[in-house]
Amino acid sequence: MKQIRILFTLIIILFLNIFFLNTVTAEEAPKRVVLKNGIVLLLQERHSIPTVIFNLKIKAGSIYEPDELAGLANLTAELLTEGTKNRTAKQISEEIDFVGGSISIGANADYAEASLSILKKDINLGLELLSDVLMNPAFDEKELERLRSQTLAEILNQKDDPGVIASKAFSKILYLKHPYWRPVDGLEDTLPKIKKDDIVNFYKKYYRPNNTIMAVVGDITQDEAVSLIEKHFGKWEKAKVSLPKIPPPPKLTNKNVELIDKDLTQATIHLGHVGISRKNPDFYTIAVMNYILGGGGFSSRLVEDIRDNQGLAYSVHSGFDARLYEGPFKVTMQTKNENASKAINAILKHIEDIRTSPVKDSELNDAKSYIVGSFPLRLDTNSKMAGLLSLIEFYDLGLNYFTEYPKKINAVTKEDILKAAKKYLDPKNYLLVVVAKQKEAGIAK
Amino acid sequence: MFLLKKNLTAVIIVLITIILSSQPAFAKKVEEFVLSNGLKIIAVEEHKAPTVTFQVWYKVGSRNEATGKTGLSHLLEHLMFKGTQKYGKGEFSKIVAKNGGNENAFTSRDYTAYFEVFSSDRIHLSLDLESDRMTNLLIDEKEFQLERNVVKEERRMRTDDEPTSLVVEELYAMAFKVHPYHSPVIGWMSDIDSITRNDLYSHYKKYYVPNNATIVVVGDFDTKTLMPRIKEYFEGIPKGEAPVKISVKEPEQLGERRTTLHKEAQLPFVFIGYHTPNIGNKDEFALEVVSNILSAGKSSRLYQDIVYEKQLALYAGGDYDRIAADPSLFYFYGGLKPGKTTKELEDALYAEIEKLKTEPVTDRELQKSKNQVEASFIFAQDSIFYQAMQIGQIETIGIGYKYLDAYVDNIRRVTKDDIMRVARTYFTEKNRTVGILIPVKSNGKGQ
Repeated sequence: MKQIRILFTLIIILFLNIFFLNTVTAEEAPKRVVLKNGIVLLLQERHSIPTVIFNLKIKAGSIYEPDELAGLANLTAELLTEGTKNRTAKQISEEIDFVGGSISIGANADYAEASLSILKKDINLGLELLSDVLMNPAFDEKELERLRSQTLAEILNQKDDPGVIASKAFSKILYLKHPYWRPVDGLEDTLPKIKKDDIVNFYKKYYRPNNTIMAVVGDITQDEAVSLIEKHFGKWEKAKVSLPKIPPPPKLTNKNVELIDKDLTQATIHLGHVGISRKNPDFYTIAVMNYILGGGGFSSRLVEDIRDNQGLAYSVHSGFDARLYEGPFKVTMQTKNENASKAINAILKHIEDIRTSPVKDSELNDAKSYIVGSFPLRLDTNSKMAGLLSLIEFYDLGLNYFTEYPKKINAVTKEDILKAAKKYLDPKNYLLVVVAKQKEAGIAK
Repeated sequence: MFLLKKNLTAVIIVLITIILSSQPAFAKKVEEFVLSNGLKIIAVEEHKAPTVTFQVWYKVGSRNEATGKTGLSHLLEHLMFKGTQKYGKGEFSKIVAKNGGNENAFTSRDYTAYFEVFSSDRIHLSLDLESDRMTNLLIDEKEFQLERNVVKEERRMRTDDEPTSLVVEELYAMAFKVHPYHSPVIGWMSDIDSITRNDLYSHYKKYYVPNNATIVVVGDFDTKTLMPRIKEYFEGIPKGEAPVKISVKEPEQLGERRTTLHKEAQLPFVFIGYHTPNIGNKDEFALEVVSNILSAGKSSRLYQDIVYEKQLALYAGGDYDRIAADPSLFYFYGGLKPGKTTKELEDALYAEIEKLKTEPVTDRELQKSKNQVEASFIFAQDSIFYQAMQIGQIETIGIGYKYLDAYVDNIRRVTKDDIMRVARTYFTEKNRTVGILIPVKSNGKGQ
């Protein structure tokens, strides 16, 4: 999914896990309904404000596009709102803007995602527009050309962002032929090759109701939601969808170093290897382990050492990006060029430490109490709840997730963490990408 | 301008105008108390979920900083996490985290704010922790040295390696010659270097006094039981000397100012600012509607004309920086597409500005803009944090939260004539400052 990067100092940067509060406590459990044409609906009533949020996940991510047409999934998703058989792009935006609502559609590696935010009183209009863009896209040649040129310009613009440069290089080297190597927005040499027919075919193949999950959260009863969705999406025809099976990504068998030279004051460091899929049963152990290592806000080992005790970085973070297939494990940070080697050594030491000695009881308890205690804060606003519900369905986690999640976190032991750290972290066979003024950074290959 | 202390996981980026064109429901009861030491408390009960946000807003920001010591308020904000006698370095954050809470802080030109969000049964932790650091902060020399390095890394990341941020910084520095809005919140690099531990400590002692702060608490609590507890924790903190009011006035601009910045970059960027009045001025609502008509949604004028039709820019907008203690800017911006010139983009922006001055906006545009403001007002009520933040901002810059009650009505009253009038009054050539990023390829030559 693309987001234009307008990083003025006039912008507030807000953290997803901090803002907006809501909770499922004292709330009826969400309901799952499968419509005749196969749409899986997840419904959560919340009547405190007169708004309704829809979040759709369609199994039409970039992993299903061919290498030579990288960018196809994203272009298809983004073209949906750029004109239908009934409305021009401008009519779509004009109608939704007029009522203060919003519709957006984009893709990532695993799925395409559509969302609609609308006032309750305008729900019919909102669903009319959402169903129109999903069911009747025009894929007009002129819109395709415009979006292609826009995407190419965005790719060019990203070359000023050391984080994006590092991230793209990291995926490319790490995943080799596995589709996670490809940037979702495509490549400068593949985008020009994408033809309207490719888009129409991709759309026909994957944009099907039986390949779609739809979560609805807000001021609407379950019955009302079902009947409105049947009314607007009932004519969407189901078809057999075969999702290609993708072999697991290759594992690194040695240390790889990629140094990218750029005239910057800071070195942007990405260090890691292949991680886990979301369905991995060790996910919960890894969540606790990673919180202690570098995922846990102000309280992680990496932050305490690298930021608080050494003053080397403003931001240092580790994360497992658990996806449909094994997503990357990565530590990311920025430090001034001259400190790059020092910082890299510190990262490696912490990875080694957590693999060789058990975490302290206090670390384990603090991690668990944060992860469990802040769980309600992550169910957040209606839009976050909608996003989470469709994600639970997408990864087949079951609607007992809300009660199971805290239990599974609480069950994690020190031994589990040590075992998981040994199995899922590797301080020898890793990939290191550094974007920096290399002369100043002086990193040994 | 805002700077947040931490930069951790996934971020969402929200323009100030989005937040502030939306507002909390003031059908809800807002209660106000002032303790004997001058500390103001604003409480809004919101029982839809068992959570609460507790925020402390200090009336100090880069606006209160002297030449040579810019960045002082922001650096102090970082040190506020480095310990008191009672809670040592890092303990504040550890206590909040192990209680399942989130916390952070941010500094702007006009204020510095600290907040926690918790399950409602944990609110006593905020009372204890925030009252402690309001008056008992220790600033250890070694911690200060380390944290200064962290802030320098923050500056490198946000500004020095980010060409568009540099243009914005340059433009404000040029548009404001006299007023402290001249300087960035994070401070100039050499100023960050020259700040001492004692500078920070005197800044803390001067501004972190109860009579210079406002507590905003929103969420699931009972005001009757909470107020005595707030008193218990905060009322013992001695009142300080009232900080001297800043009364610097930026003189009228008498001609266009222009700055160019040559920096390694892929694409040019244009940023244009016009001096405009701030919140509290009669023209603010019309200017806010102008901003919506120009930039809210893909059907807005600048997107339609510049991004969609002419395909001059990757993105373009016009935003009104009105939530400020003193007059600031209405700014236009755009990032160019390859092969287009900054002149083409500037001309297209000026053409849109001329259109505002000479042709009335359509009925539908005006209505759309009002609908958008109202809808975002309703959507924003999903978040107790935003509700508290709006109250905190408005209070701290001296307007008073009651302003929010009438906000939507004031927007509804804006007419087509108002829009033409404010466009003619403020969007003039002599009132304009233009900043241009000229990309330099790595060999040092311009495009």
